[in-house]
Amino acid sequence: MTGKLDDRITFLGRKLGVFLLTVWTSATLIFIIPRLAPGDPIAAMIARMSQQSGYVENADKIIEGWRERFGLNDPPSIQYVRYLGNLFHFDLGYSMASFPATVSVMIGRALPWTVGLSLVSILATFLIGNFVGALLAWQKTPRWIKLCIPPTMIFTSIPGMLAAVALLYIFSFQLHRWLGLSAPLFPLRGAYGRGLEPGVSWPFILSVIHHGILPVTSIVLVRFGYWALGMRGMMITVEGEDYMHLARAKGLRPFYILYHYMIRNAILPQITGLALSLGTMVGGQVLVEIIFSYPGMGTLIYTAVRNQDFPVIQGATFIIIVGTATAVLLIDLLYPLIDPRISHQGK
Amino acid sequence: MNTKVSQPSPTTNLLEVKDLRVYYETPGGDILAVDSIDFELKEGETLGLVGESGCGKSTAAMGILQLVQPPGRIVSGEVRLQGKDLLTLSEGKMRQLRWSKLALIPQGAMNSLNPTMRIYRQIQDVILTHQTTGSDKLSADQIKNRILELLRMVGLPERIYQMYPHELSGGMKQRVCIAMAIALNPSLIIADESTSALDVVVQRVVAQTILRVKQMLGVSMIIIGHDMGLMAQIVDRIAVMYAGKIVEIAAVRDIFNNPSHPYTQLLIESIPSLKEQKPLKVTEGLTHDPRHPPPGCIFQLRCPIVTDQCRSIAPKAHLIRVEQSVACHAYENTDVARTV
Amino acid sequence: MTKPTRTSRTRDEDKLDTTTSPESAQLYDPDNQDLSQGRTSSLNRWDTPWFNWKLISGTAIVGIIVLIGIFGRFLWDTELVYVGKCPLNLPPVGFENSRGQTGTWSHPFGTENSGRDMLALTIIGAPNSLLVGFVAATIGIGIGILLGFISGFIGGLTDDLIRLLAGITITVPSLLVLIIIQSLVEQIGLFTMATLLAVFAWPGPTLVIRGQVMSMRESGYVQMARLSGASPLRIMFGEIMPNLLPYLAASFIGSVSGSILAAVGLETLGLGPQRVPTLGGTLYFALEAAALLRNMWWWLGIPIFILSLIFMGLLLINLGLDEIANPRLRKATE
Repeated sequence: MTGKLDDRITFLGRKLGVFLLTVWTSATLIFIIPRLAPGDPIAAMIARMSQQSGYVENADKIIEGWRERFGLNDPPSIQYVRYLGNLFHFDLGYSMASFPATVSVMIGRALPWTVGLSLVSILATFLIGNFVGALLAWQKTPRWIKLCIPPTMIFTSIPGMLAAVALLYIFSFQLHRWLGLSAPLFPLRGAYGRGLEPGVSWPFILSVIHHGILPVTSIVLVRFGYWALGMRGMMITVEGEDYMHLARAKGLRPFYILYHYMIRNAILPQITGLALSLGTMVGGQVLVEIIFSYPGMGTLIYTAVRNQDFPVIQGATFIIIVGTATAVLLIDLLYPLIDPRISHQGK
Repeated sequence: MNTKVSQPSPTTNLLEVKDLRVYYETPGGDILAVDSIDFELKEGETLGLVGESGCGKSTAAMGILQLVQPPGRIVSGEVRLQGKDLLTLSEGKMRQLRWSKLALIPQGAMNSLNPTMRIYRQIQDVILTHQTTGSDKLSADQIKNRILELLRMVGLPERIYQMYPHELSGGMKQRVCIAMAIALNPSLIIADESTSALDVVVQRVVAQTILRVKQMLGVSMIIIGHDMGLMAQIVDRIAVMYAGKIVEIAAVRDIFNNPSHPYTQLLIESIPSLKEQKPLKVTEGLTHDPRHPPPGCIFQLRCPIVTDQCRSIAPKAHLIRVEQSVACHAYENTDVARTV
Repeated sequence: MTKPTRTSRTRDEDKLDTTTSPESAQLYDPDNQDLSQGRTSSLNRWDTPWFNWKLISGTAIVGIIVLIGIFGRFLWDTELVYVGKCPLNLPPVGFENSRGQTGTWSHPFGTENSGRDMLALTIIGAPNSLLVGFVAATIGIGIGILLGFISGFIGGLTDDLIRLLAGITITVPSLLVLIIIQSLVEQIGLFTMATLLAVFAWPGPTLVIRGQVMSMRESGYVQMARLSGASPLRIMFGEIMPNLLPYLAASFIGSVSGSILAAVGLETLGLGPQRVPTLGGTLYFALEAAALLRNMWWWLGIPIFILSLIFMGLLLINLGLDEIANPRLRKATE
C-alpha cells in the first residue's frame, strides 16, 4: 500500500516538475530573446514607434518606465532575478501603446474570453471528433452514416484562420443578401453586442453565444477531422484486440461493447494526444480570434504586434504558455483516473 | 453427406456440425479455412480438435460460435446446438444464446481481458446481460457472492475481485477466463488454445483447472490445441484437422494406440518420448495453395503412401472401428459399417 | 512524461493481423503460396500498399503546385506580383467589382488594391509556402532522426532529457514564441523563417522515431542482427531505418504541414518575409485593407483556396502513408 502511495507522489512530483520547468524555460526565453536582438531593444522600439506615428506621446515616461522595469544598468543576472520575481507576482509591467495601463490589467480583461472560447471549442472539437471517429470505425454503424461523414472532413488540417475568413464572408457578409434579409445572420466582430453591459443577464449571455458561434465553428470545422481520424485508427486497433473477441463471444449488447470495450480503450491515446496538441490548438485559436476581432488574448497580441507594444506581447505570450502548461498538467494528472495501468507504474 | 460417423441420435447429441464451410476472402480468391467438416458432440463429452497452425481449427470454433469476422464468412453448413440450428438464428437470438449456452475460453490469455475494467465488472457484465427480467434477477449481493464463488472454483483468491487485468499473471488471467466461462452454467464450452501462450508449469495448472471445472459441472467441451500429450489427459475423443478438413476422428485411446490416417501417424510420431530414441520426422512440408486445393486428397503433397487415386478422388470417411473414422483411401475396404 | 505515439502503431507492429484468424494469416501468406505453386500473378506488382488513392491524389496535388512553381514563371509574367504593376482592384474573370468593373483575361484572378496580380501571386506564393514547409521539416526531421535514435538506443538519462525537452517544446505554443522573435527582427527572409520554424518542428518526429526504435530494438530481427554481431550503426541503418520509412515519411509530411501552418500564421500577422510575396502576406494586406467590407472576396479567397489545397494534399499524403504503416487501417478502408 505504501509503495502505491510512494508511486503516486513520484508521479505527482514528476508532472509538477515538468510544469515548472516549462514555465521557467519559457520565462527565460522571453527574457533572453529581446536581449539577443541587435541593438538596444528599447531605443529600437521607440524609434519604430515614432516612425509609425510621428510622435510618441509620453515617450519620456515610457523610457523611464522601461529603464526602471528592466533596470538596464544592472548586470544581467540581477535583471533576470528581478524579472523572475516580478513574474511570480504577475507584475508584467506597463503597456507602451496605452501607457498608464499595466499589462496585467489588459491581460485580465482579455483572458476570460480566450479561456471561455478555448474551453468550448477544444471540448467540442474533441468530443465531436472522437464521436465521429468511433462511428466511422464501428462495425454496426449504418452504411449511410459512414458515407456521409468523410465529405465533412474536407476541411481537416486547414488553418482555422482560413476557415474563419470563409465563414465570416459567407455568414456575416453574404448570406443575408442572398436570402434577402436586412441584417447579417451573425455579427462581424467582437464577443458581445454593442451597448450591452457585461453581466449575468439573458440578453448578454445570448449575445455572447451568438458572437461565439462562428469562432467556435471555424475551430471545430478544421480540427474535428484530426480527432476523428485518430479515433478511427484507434478503434480499428482495438477492434483487433483479443478482448474484443471475447466481448462478442460473451453476447454483450452492441452498445455496451461499443462504450465499455471499444471507446473506453480507444479514447486513452486520444487524451494523451490532446495534451500533446494543446499548444498547436491554442496557437490556431489566437489567429481565429484576430479574424473575428474577438477581445481575447489573440487580438491583444495582434494589436500589440502592430503597435510594437513589446511588454504586452511578452506578458500575453507568457500567460498563454502558463495557461497551456496548466491545462497539460491537469490532463496528465487526471489521466491515471481513467487508465488504470498508469497510476501504478508512476510513469 | 456421406461422412456420417455414428448414428445421429438427437436426444444424446448436444452439438451436431454438418458440412460447415468457412472461407476467407482475399484478392487472390477465397481461402478455404474450414472446408466441409462434420462431427457430433455428446452431452458431457469432451472433444479435442488438433492440427498444426493454420489448419482451420480455431476458425472452426469461430464458425460454431458464429463469431467469424470479415473477411471471413460462413459459406454453408449446419451447427445444431440441442437441435437448434445456430446459423438460422437472428443476431439478437444468437446474442442471447451466447455464453448462456455457448461459452469460450479464449486463445490469447494475455490480452483477452479488457484492460480498463476491473475483474469483477467483466464477470458481472456477462451475468447482467443474460439475466432475464423477472423472478430470477439476482441482487447486487448475490451477484458479488456468485463472482467470488466462481473465483474460488478456479482456485483464485478473493482479492482478484477488485483488481485490474494488468495486475494478474498470465495463468491467473486464464483462470479468470475459465471462471467467466462457467458463470452461466453453459452447455458447451469451447477452449481455444487456452494453454498455448503459457509456460509449461502454468499450462498444467490451467489444464487441471479446466478438468476440475468440467468434472464439477459435467459440461461438454471442445478443446482446441496442438499439444497431443496434454490433450490425451483431458479429452474423450480427438478430431484431427488438416487443411480445413477433419481427416480422422476417434476415441483418445484409439488415436494413440492405432493412429490410422497418415497425418495422424505423423502427429503421434512427433510426440517426443523418453523411452525410445526415435529419429525426428519432419512433418512440415509443402502445403497446397489453400485457395486452390488440388483435386483428390488434401494430404497428397505430404503423404508417404500417396497413390494415383489420391491425386484425383477425394477420400470418403471410413468407419474402421466403432468410434474411429478416417478419411483415407487406404481404408477403403475396412469399413465396419459402410455408409452410403 | 509524454507518451510517444498518438496512434498505437507500436502495438500493431508485432501482431499485424488478428482481426481474422491469426493462424490462417501466417500460413496463407500469398507471396509464399505463389512461390510454392510457381504461380505468377501480374496483379501482385500493383498490389502494394504504396499505391493507394489517398497517397496518389495527395502527391498529385502537391506535385502540381511544385510544377507551377517551376514552370509557372515561363507561362505568366511573374513581375506582375509587385506593387503598382497592374490596374487596381480588378475582379477575376466573369465577376464584377463594386465599382462595376469586370474582370479581364489580362488578370484572370483579378488584382488587389496596390496593383498586384493575383495569378502571379499564386504562382510565386504557393511554391514559396511549400518551400518554407519543406525546408523547416527537413531540418526538423533531421534533428528528429538524430535525437530519436539516440534516445531510443541509449535510453536512461539521455532518453529522459530528450523526452523532457521535446515535451516542453510541444507544450509551448510555438506560434507565440515565433511572434516574439519576429516582432523584434526587422527583416526576415524565407530561409531564416524556415530555420526558426524548424526549432519547433523536431519534437514530433523525435518522439515518433524514439517510440519506434524502442519497440523495434526489442523485436526479433533486430535481436538477431545484434546476436550476429552487427554494429549499432549497421543495425540502425540496415535493419531499423528501412522499417521506419513510412513513419518517417508520415512524420515529415506532418512537420511540413505544421510548419506551413505556423508560417501562414506569422505572415497573416504581418510578421513574415516582407520582400518575398507570400500567400499569408497577401492575407495580411487584405485584412488590413478590409477586403471583405469592400467585397473583394478574391483577394482573400484565392490565397485561402490555394492554401487549403496545399493542406488537403498534405493531409491525403499523410493518410495514405498511415495506411502503409498500419495495415489494419487499409483493411478497414476497403
